Amino acid sequence: MTLKEIPCGKTVKVTKLTGEGPIKRRIMDMGITKGVDIFVRKVAPFGDPVEVTVRGYELSLRKADAEMIVVE
Amino acid sequence: MSIKIALAGNPNCGKTTLFNALTGSNQFVGNWPGVTVEKKEGRLKGHKDVIIMDLPGIYSLSPYTLEEVVARNYLIGERPDAILNIVDGTNIERNLYLSTQLMELGIPVIMAINMMDIVAKNGDKIHIEKLSQKLGCEVVEISALKGTGIQQAAEKAIAVANKKKNAIPVHKFQAELESVLDSIEDKLGNDVPEEQKRFFAIKLLEKDEKIESQLKRVPDVSEEITLVEREMDDDTESIITNERYTYISSIIGECYTRSKRDKLTVSDKIDQIVTNRFLAIPIFAAVMFLVYYVSVTTVGTWATDWTNDNLFGDGFTFFGIDIPGIPVMIENLLVAIGCADWLQGLIVNGIVAGVGAVLGFVPQMLVLFVFLAFLESCGYMARVAFIMDRIFRKFGLSGKSFIPMLIGTGCGVPGIMASRTIENDRDRKMTIMTTTFIPCSAKLPIIALISGALFGGAAWVAPSAYFVGIAAIICSGIILKKTKIFSGDPAPFVMELPAYHMPTLENILRSMWERGWSFIKKAGTIILLATIVVWFASYFGWVDGQFRLLDTLELDHSVLAALGSSVSWLFAPLGWGNWKSAVAAITGLIAKENVVGTFGILYGFAEVAEDGTEIWGTLAGSMTAVAAYSFLVFNLLCAPCFAAMGAIKREMNNTRWFWYAVGYQTILAYVVALCVYQIGTLITTGTFGFFTFVAFALIIGFIGLLIRPMKEYKTTKSKSVAGAK
Repeated sequence: MTLKEIPCGKTVKVTKLTGEGPIKRRIMDMGITKGVDIFVRKVAPFGDPVEVTVRGYELSLRKADAEMIVVE
Repeated sequence: MSIKIALAGNPNCGKTTLFNALTGSNQFVGNWPGVTVEKKEGRLKGHKDVIIMDLPGIYSLSPYTLEEVVARNYLIGERPDAILNIVDGTNIERNLYLSTQLMELGIPVIMAINMMDIVAKNGDKIHIEKLSQKLGCEVVEISALKGTGIQQAAEKAIAVANKKKNAIPVHKFQAELESVLDSIEDKLGNDVPEEQKRFFAIKLLEKDEKIESQLKRVPDVSEEITLVEREMDDDTESIITNERYTYISSIIGECYTRSKRDKLTVSDKIDQIVTNRFLAIPIFAAVMFLVYYVSVTTVGTWATDWTNDNLFGDGFTFFGIDIPGIPVMIENLLVAIGCADWLQGLIVNGIVAGVGAVLGFVPQMLVLFVFLAFLESCGYMARVAFIMDRIFRKFGLSGKSFIPMLIGTGCGVPGIMASRTIENDRDRKMTIMTTTFIPCSAKLPIIALISGALFGGAAWVAPSAYFVGIAAIICSGIILKKTKIFSGDPAPFVMELPAYHMPTLENILRSMWERGWSFIKKAGTIILLATIVVWFASYFGWVDGQFRLLDTLELDHSVLAALGSSVSWLFAPLGWGNWKSAVAAITGLIAKENVVGTFGILYGFAEVAEDGTEIWGTLAGSMTAVAAYSFLVFNLLCAPCFAAMGAIKREMNNTRWFWYAVGYQTILAYVVALCVYQIGTLITTGTFGFFTFVAFALIIGFIGLLIRPMKEYKTTKSKSVAGAK
């Protein structure tokens, strides 16, 4: 399952990051790494991007990028 | 000997506030060479020999964003005497990630934990001795906003700089990784000073291409990379990132005690309302309306009109005393001292008018900049991007492009300046190039003239102008984002939504003034020069074989008229190949509303109403309705006025990009106007000529550009590296 499919209000654990290069590095730089908990907070009014809480702060990312984050 | 201290930290960690508190008014603001990233340095208050360098806010020292590349090139190349690493105490985990990278540079580091007042208020605790021990540098608690602890932080940084006590990273990675790093360090040999070896070894292992140019000799580490990647089943870059966060997670428990609380913070409560699924859009619309209403409709325009019409116009009354406008004052002075006519003209109509054109925009801009600074520093700007991203990213723009476009309906100059809030370089350039397509208030008289003279004031003309503008933005976005110059490293939209907080008045005013001043300085020169050149061209010319200064009504004898006649053939395919229209389009470059006045003069009226009612009849007789609409479209889309061009030059901070922007706008305007005229004529009169064929070819080409697939440009990656240096 990827982060894209997780509904608002759920907390999930990251198991793997797919993809490579700048986008993957950026996502990881922002603290989304293997084993971290992500809380899906809300979706923007037009349905994209999503807002999540990770490592104690708020982060927004597009659904297309959320697809690279494999969670359980 | 002077000491250089670099301030490094994440965006939104309070770096600017600290920088302002440390340096006061001793600041120099500029740009890093060749890029639009702002460069700020200043002298430490009370220490003339200590220079504080404010690095761009960054999350990492990765090679992928302009800010990060600028910051690391500075840290590696210039090697400051110390780094003052600011860490947001309320968001310590992610902030420490950058710290682990700064510690490896072999430069003395002092860590300042900021926002301690908020940490204390939340009931949290940070154990600084533990943190210091686990990261290998001294740690101080500060509050940049309250001014507590900042002096100690600066003094500690000076002390470590003087002692040259380099930071020695304490954090270690997994044993296998460490042994591989050791072997890469050995391969680096004597090329790299001992204290920098770990940094370069890690970067080489991460396959960081941009670091290779910093090395005299690049050792081959492919063997190590393959080994690590096979053992740990991931790419080396991700392995290192993972290791850093693993280390931070392992120490965070000892260094940071979070008070037991599950109640929401004030910021959370604000965010629940502001970006609520249903309320977000109405609140957004209300905020935008307020910004627009105050900075464009009311206060901003009053201030600008006053400057233009009174200060640089007919004068004003101050406590019952009539004070003439600056041009009148100067003219009177020049007459009194018996100055020659041509010199008077140059000074009053050329220079003073030019200075007025520059300064006239400033008051409105300052009003807008106050709003922008407030929206940015309170945290709402990030939410603007969050809310609007879905719509704008389709056209290669950022959610934050909404504000420049909105302001652009009032005036393109502050609109372009508002693009400064867009961090992403490509999104910002795209926004700058397209903002002036939106009809600004100065283009309204042209719309009124054409609609009144040729279309009997039909109600559809004005809305159609806005439609053309919006279509031009959307099509340009789609076309340009596929071109080579806009390709390059993809910029992911992974954005922090910082906690809301009340900005300080000082920071807002400072930001307002810095931006305003940079407009005056950088855009002012080009506006002034251009105004003088056009003044000269319109007031000098040949009358009966004699070259002399002309009267206002003799514009048809001017150099400008000669120029207009010589280029008018260019506009023949657009349907208005007469020299008068060409001259009007040229004077429109000074200010778009001049188009109407110029037509007035050329048709023998010294002064016409704003919509040019007097010349409606004459104009209607001189061109067809289709030609007039083509003229309108051209003037809406082509290169904007000199003031806006100055703003484009300022914001692009690059001559080549400036010409790209202006060139693109003009070519697009030409193509669209040509198609409008040719197709329009075909429909209305059934005439089919060579240019009708050209118009169809252009339309097919245009559609082709719109729908062609996104291409991969491999070469630009290395090119953008060079550009960032």
